[in-house]
Amino acid sequence: MSAETTIETAGAPRGAADAATGYNFAYLDEQTKRMIRRAILKGIAIPGYQVPFASREMPMPYGWGTGGVQVTASVIGPDDVLKVIDQGSDDTTNAVSIRKFFARTAGVATTTHTAEATMIQTRHRIPEAPLREGQILVYQVPIPEPLRLLEPRETETRTLHALAEYGVMHVKLYEDIAQHGHIAKTYDYPVEVNGRYVMAPSPTPKFDNPKMEMSPALQLFGAGREQRIYAVPPYTRVRSLDFEDHPFTIQRFAEPCALCAATGVYLDEVVLDDRGGRMFVCSDSDHCEERRAAGHRGTMLAGAAGTENDHA
Amino acid sequence: MYVAVKGGEAAIDNAHALLADARRGDRSVPEIGTDQIAEQLALAVDRVMTEGSLYDRELAALAIKQARGDLIEAIFLLRAFRTTLPRFGYCEALDTGAMRVRRRISATYKDLPGGQVLGPTFDYTHRLVDFALAAGVEPPPAPEAALDAAREEDAARMPRVTDLLAGEDLIERESADADAPVADLTRAPLGFPASRDLRLQALTRGDEGFLLALGYSTQRGYGKNHPFVGEVRIGTVEVGFVPEELGFEVPLGEMLVTECQMVNQFKGSAEVPPQFTRGYGLAFGQNERKAMAMSLVDRALRAGELDEERRNPAQDEEFVLSHADNVQATGFVEHLKLPHYVDFQAELHLVRGMRAEIAVRRAASAQGESTQDESASETKEAAE
Repeated sequence: MSAETTIETAGAPRGAADAATGYNFAYLDEQTKRMIRRAILKGIAIPGYQVPFASREMPMPYGWGTGGVQVTASVIGPDDVLKVIDQGSDDTTNAVSIRKFFARTAGVATTTHTAEATMIQTRHRIPEAPLREGQILVYQVPIPEPLRLLEPRETETRTLHALAEYGVMHVKLYEDIAQHGHIAKTYDYPVEVNGRYVMAPSPTPKFDNPKMEMSPALQLFGAGREQRIYAVPPYTRVRSLDFEDHPFTIQRFAEPCALCAATGVYLDEVVLDDRGGRMFVCSDSDHCEERRAAGHRGTMLAGAAGTENDHA
Repeated sequence: MYVAVKGGEAAIDNAHALLADARRGDRSVPEIGTDQIAEQLALAVDRVMTEGSLYDRELAALAIKQARGDLIEAIFLLRAFRTTLPRFGYCEALDTGAMRVRRRISATYKDLPGGQVLGPTFDYTHRLVDFALAAGVEPPPAPEAALDAAREEDAARMPRVTDLLAGEDLIERESADADAPVADLTRAPLGFPASRDLRLQALTRGDEGFLLALGYSTQRGYGKNHPFVGEVRIGTVEVGFVPEELGFEVPLGEMLVTECQMVNQFKGSAEVPPQFTRGYGLAFGQNERKAMAMSLVDRALRAGELDEERRNPAQDEEFVLSHADNVQATGFVEHLKLPHYVDFQAELHLVRGMRAEIAVRRAASAQGESTQDESASETKEAAE
C-alpha cells in the first residue's frame, strides 16, 4: 500500500469501531481532515516548505503533539496499524496517551513493533529499524521554522525562505565552529531538503538525520500551535548542513546498550545512583526488546550469565 | 536493576483518579453546583467565555468546576469543545448602539444623553474584606426594580459617545464593508500583516493579563497614544443572523457584552483636518478590564495604518498576536515538563566532549610549559 492510497482511504466513512465515542472517526470532522490533507498534499508537492494550516484546538495541550495528532487523524484509515513513540519509547506517558486517544477515537489497531506499523507518530526520535515503502512517519514539531531562533519574525523568515537566503544559518554554524570548535547543534539540526528548502527536522537528535535521507517512507511534520505542516516525500534528498572542512557527523557512543548490546544506535543515559553510577540503554525500546528476544544480551541484563560483545 | 518509564497507562489512569478526588476536595463540604458558579462567580464565567470564544454560561461554569478554578484550563476546555462544533455562518454585526444598557460611563463628558449609569461596579467600593459575606448574611434587595421603567426609557436614547463625536466629524468614521467576509482565525491560519478584524478577534481571545500589561505599557510611554475612555458600556445586545434560505435577518437571542471605545490622540495632515482616532474593545459578559486593555492595544496596533513610528512591544503586531493566546502560551511553556531526555543526552554528549578536549589541551600545555602557563589557564577557568 502506497502512502498516497492511505491518504485516500482516510476520507472513507467512519469505521465500525468508533460508534461509542460520539466523535467522528479519528476525532476530527471530515471537513477539517480535508483541509489538513490539502495542506499535506501541498507539503508533499513542495518538499520542506512550511504550509500554513488552520490548526484546531485539540483535546490535549499545545506542546503535547497537537500538530502530529492532527496530521495522524487526517490521514489514518480504519485499516492502519499505529505506533506512537516519545523519546524513542512506546511506554512514555505521552506516547501512551496519544496511542490510547487513537485507539479510542479511531478504533485502529496499535502496535509497538516498527515493522508492523503502517503509521508511526513520533516525538524526538526516528526508529532504529529502517522504514519501508508505504509507512508514514508523523513528527510532532514544536518550532517548525529552522530560522526562528535566529530571526523571530515570521514575515522575515518567510521572505528568507522564498529567496532561499540561508546565509544567516550558515553564519550561525560557522560562529559555533569559531567559538567552540564544533557546530554546537545536537538536535533539531537543520537540513536542506531536495536541494531547496532548509527545514527543521523537529528536535530529534542529529543522530537521526541520516535516516531521513532517501527514506522509502513518507515523512510528515505537524506543528499545531505554530499552524504549519511540511513533508519529505519518499526517496527525497535530505542533507544536513555542514562545511567541507567541518563535515556533518553524528553522535557515537563509547559503549553498547547495557541490555541488548547493540552498537551504532542512540542510547539513553540512566543514572543508577548518586555516586556516578550510570548505564546506557537503547532509546528505541522496541528495537531493544526485539534484539533481546533474538538472544542478544547486554552486560546489565538481569540474569545475564555470559555477556556478549556484540557489534550489530 | 533498570526500571524504564513503564506502566505509563496505569500511571495516567491513577493520576486522573487522584485529580478527580482532589477536585472534589473534602467530602464533608457540600459540592459546588455549576449554577452556583454561573451565578456567584459570574465574572470568572465571563472571562472564560470571552477567551474561550464561546458564549455559553452553563458550559463555562462546568469548565471552571472541572478545571478546579484554573481559568486558563477552563478556557482551554471550552475552546477544545468549541472547535468540534459545526459552523453554520456568521452573525450580523452587533448593534451596540441599541444595547439594553446595564452600566454605561463616559470619561469624556460630564453628562450626556442617557446619563452616566454606574451599574454593578467595584469602582467605588472600599476594598475591605467583608466578613459579613463569610457569615452568610443575605444582602438587601437591590433598588433595581423601582428604576426599571426610567432606565428602559433612558436606554432607548443612549447614543454611543463615538457616534456623537462622529456626528461632528471630530473622530474618524469607522467604515466596514458589510459584504466583506469576516476574518476568522479559528478557520484560517494567522498570517501577517493581519487585518484589523482579525486583530480584534485575536485580542478578544487573548489573555487578559497579557493585554492588561501591554495596555499599561502604552500608558507608561511604550507607545503612548493619549487615550480617553469615550465610553464603557455593558448590556445585552441582540444577535441577528441571515439564513441563506430566508434571505432576511432573524434574531438568534441576546447576549451580555462589554464594549469600550477609547478616544485617542488626533491626527491630521495638509488635506485632512485633525480628528480623534479610535481604539476598540469588546468582551463577552462583564469585563471592563479586558475591554479597556484591548482598546488600548488595538489603538497601539494601528500605528502602521496611522503612520506612527512602531518602536514598542504593544505596537508590534507579530509580537502581540503571536503571544496573546494563553492556551497556546501555557501549552508551550508547560510542555517543557514532558520528557526531553533524548535531546538532553545529545547536549550532554557535546558538553562532555568539549570538556574532554579542553582537558586534553590543558594537559598538553601543562606538560610543555609547566610553570609559565599557570596563571593564564586559571584566568580561562574563571571565564568559563
